[in-house]
Amino acid sequence: MSRKGRSSATAKRQAFAPVFAALGDETRLALVAKLCGGQPRSISALTEGSKLTRQAITKHLRVLEKVEIVHSARSGRESRFEFDPEPIEEIKKYLDLVSEQWDQALARLKSFVEVERLE
Amino acid sequence: MTIDRIEKRIELKALVSGVWRALTDYREFGEWFRVKLDGPFVPGQISRGQITYPGYEHVRWEAVVQKMEPERLFSFTWHPYSVDPKMDYSQEAPTLVEFRLEKTASGTLLLLTESGFDQIASDRRLEAFRMNDGGWAQQMKSIESYVSQRS
Repeated sequence: MSRKGRSSATAKRQAFAPVFAALGDETRLALVAKLCGGQPRSISALTEGSKLTRQAITKHLRVLEKVEIVHSARSGRESRFEFDPEPIEEIKKYLDLVSEQWDQALARLKSFVEVERLE
Repeated sequence: MTIDRIEKRIELKALVSGVWRALTDYREFGEWFRVKLDGPFVPGQISRGQITYPGYEHVRWEAVVQKMEPERLFSFTWHPYSVDPKMDYSQEAPTLVEFRLEKTASGTLLLLTESGFDQIASDRRLEAFRMNDGGWAQQMKSIESYVSQRS
């Protein structure tokens, strides 16, 4: 693995802890579930059917926005929120790198113990 | 299934005792893992050393040994990918690495798990994502497929 690959992996790891933290809440998770169909939605639409106030929903949306799981864009008088899969994809890439490192280490272990046994 | 862990399984044509030694004898561990450890692994204690992998000799190894159940389970916690000497990784939650051994007809089955990447039991959360069949469900599938990949 290249040095570049490793340092970008480090950066990614720093980025993903807050993403999981943001998802670690039932309300926010429900919001993401509503948004991950791909269609942008207004705060009103996202508040519908929820016991929470518009203000509370907005606060949760801002938390998701901060870690870039959702983006907002103004549309007339209201903001519409849209899901962005990128941060989760970054997590997957990071885990793939760690996973690959283990593959290499275990391959070395395999040759180490199997050669040793023959001796 | 969760996205917070890595799981590997590998068949080794070697006796369980030999594999156990390769995992828990600090010199043997250092041979294949490519780290020069300061001393033996002791449960509850910090293991320190220097990575010997070419290009990463500047990287320190540090882990806290958790369990050593002879020929069955060896585990430690650490900060994976702590390759930047300028970074303080101690504030991050560590991950747990577990090596489990099982005797087989041809040698030893080694099960490796590294868990705790998200510090969240994510099954229930993933369930919520699955309920939605948008494009993102596909993303989650690809994340899931990675955890089930063999070593």
